[in-house]
Amino acid sequence: MSPDFWIIVTAILAATSCGLIGAFLVLRQNAMLGDAISHSVLPGLVLAFIITSSNSVLPMLIGATVMGLLTAYLTELLSKSGLLYKDASIGIVFTFLFSVGVILLTLFAGDVHIDQDCVLYGEIAYTPWDRFIYASTDLGPRSVWVLGGVLLANIIFIVSFFKQLKITSFDSEFAESVGISTKKWHYLLMTMVALTVVASFEAVGAILVVAMLIIPGAVAYLLTNNLIKMLFLTAVVGILSALGGFQGAVIFDSSIAGFMAVFGGIIFVIALFYKIISGRIQTQ
Amino acid sequence: MDFWEQTVRFFSLVDANVRYVLAGSVLLGGISGGIGSFTYLQRRSLLSDTVAHSTLPGIGLAFLIIGRKDQLMLLLGAGLTGWLGALCVNYIISRTKIKLDAALGIVLSVFFGLGIVILTAIQKSGSGNQSGLDKFLFGQAALISKSDLYILALLTLLLTVLVVAYYYKLKVFTFDPEFASSLGFSTGWLNLLSSTLLVVTVAIGLQIVGVVLMAAILIIPAAAARQWTQRLSRMIMLAVFFGTISGISGAYISFLAPHLPTGPWMVIVASFILFFSVIAAPGRGALSRLRVHLRNRKKMTREHILKVLFKESMSRNKWDIYYPFDQIMQMWSFTSKELRRGMRGLSKQGLIEVNEAMYKLTRDGIKEGSRIIRLHRLWEVYLTRYLDLPQDHVHRDAEEMEHIITPEVEKELLLLLDKPLFDPHLQEIPYLDYEEANDES
Repeated sequence: MSPDFWIIVTAILAATSCGLIGAFLVLRQNAMLGDAISHSVLPGLVLAFIITSSNSVLPMLIGATVMGLLTAYLTELLSKSGLLYKDASIGIVFTFLFSVGVILLTLFAGDVHIDQDCVLYGEIAYTPWDRFIYASTDLGPRSVWVLGGVLLANIIFIVSFFKQLKITSFDSEFAESVGISTKKWHYLLMTMVALTVVASFEAVGAILVVAMLIIPGAVAYLLTNNLIKMLFLTAVVGILSALGGFQGAVIFDSSIAGFMAVFGGIIFVIALFYKIISGRIQTQ
Repeated sequence: MDFWEQTVRFFSLVDANVRYVLAGSVLLGGISGGIGSFTYLQRRSLLSDTVAHSTLPGIGLAFLIIGRKDQLMLLLGAGLTGWLGALCVNYIISRTKIKLDAALGIVLSVFFGLGIVILTAIQKSGSGNQSGLDKFLFGQAALISKSDLYILALLTLLLTVLVVAYYYKLKVFTFDPEFASSLGFSTGWLNLLSSTLLVVTVAIGLQIVGVVLMAAILIIPAAAARQWTQRLSRMIMLAVFFGTISGISGAYISFLAPHLPTGPWMVIVASFILFFSVIAAPGRGALSRLRVHLRNRKKMTREHILKVLFKESMSRNKWDIYYPFDQIMQMWSFTSKELRRGMRGLSKQGLIEVNEAMYKLTRDGIKEGSRIIRLHRLWEVYLTRYLDLPQDHVHRDAEEMEHIITPEVEKELLLLLDKPLFDPHLQEIPYLDYEEANDES
């Protein structure tokens, strides 16, 4: 298999797993919390690196999950205290944690093999060369395994808890009245977001992971009112962004992850104008 | 060189470079605090993050168009796309069902992605001058030059003049846009002014803290200042002060350890100021809340002691007996520590008489106990009569209200309920102290 093939597979896996879980962030108006978590997993990642002095997957997932949940919890704590506005609480918590991550990164630059700028936009082009080797057999790129695993986990999570996720997203009061804890599902969802973000981190970085979390879900949200259709559309938009992003990067010789975000943006703009124009035609 | 020598060297400002870095960080910290106060109060904290990220493609485009690194043109480009980002957010939320949070995330990530695409393309095309463009991501205060500083100072001056000139209008618009428009101010224009202030501040910060952490420098000092005061003018002054402290600290730390970046340290220092403010600010902070909480608990314990002693005496119709400590403890689930402290306070207030570990209500104590029981039972009557609550549901609510009802509310209740003699459980409502007080007057 050529490296390009593996890059495209990685991109598609990252875009669809982020998109599916991100669709629920869009529905719950928690999109910026997703942005926050995508930044604040950084200190978790770096700490996992420093403590285990390797880039093995499990410690990284644990570190990122802890930081993701901490972000969600601290944000809630600060805004519920009434001392700070909710939007400011989000902004403060994640910039603080991200700064801690950047400082750890510079302090332990010798031990941690993460490039500061790559933290922001990832380096998907290198992922085919980081192989997953088990019992001295080469099983293909590691990121494909990690992202494939996370995508599978996300799909299982969404399918098995579809009812709970749906009810808590659309009508939290009703959810409470039938005994489904909105809080519990909020934190479970944030756990899945943190896992997905950290798996995609290497490929697309902290900020462009936000593009894949939010844009596919937002496009689908614009186009349909049916949750199941919305999830399928999200996956389609995610795959299209990955393919388009790769092509764009090849043509202009530039960043793949950056182009994925831009291509997602283009799809969003098309959907936006389609919606506005068709709305106008209907009212006429 | 040791730590003290370095510190002296930093604060004596002998190095020109130290002067530039320090001046830049102080200018940025100060103006961010001031403008950030409006940003924070207008609930635009996350918009500022989106604007900061949206400046990245502008930097790249400006470089592509003029072909070299001209600070003023780069900032102009940055300002333009940052501003465009803000407009896009507005457009999306006003024209579709997409909510603010998603619109912010979309614009932020698409503009930032575009910026990365342009910067990567510039880097790969290998034009010699591009070195340093990527420094706008995290900023690099150490690279600041004299001419950069002049631009920053000029922009800071411009912002200050704008804020001073339109202070009153901005203030009204920030707290109550509808009121501003009823006064005949153009809210469209004030909205534009606020966005412009925000965008220019972000542009100032790009070189020092970079696009990623710029929002933090805007919001955190302002959020910390908000904890200490209710007045906008004081909040702005405090935020400028906090921002300046963060700026100096950031510059100082990255001077001591040159490989440590200034921006993240500014954010950390500002965060600690915020943390301290949230804990310690008078009236609002966590500590003063805890103090109020403890005071209330002490008051409640004392009132419970009076209440149980009064009830006991009332049921026996004997007011002159001393009760032993253990017996009182069992009347209510007091802990012995709680009860001992409560008794000490009550005897100091002259409400309890102590005689060899035996306790008795004084005359004033009886009156106070009567008052608390009356409030409790009056509230029960009120709930059953006016809210139609069943009589077995009213006790718990009254348990809280007996500590809260003021003499004014009590008077109203008595008038409304026509001074009832019995509560819903057919227990007598005592008016001992009340009648006495009214007889005297």
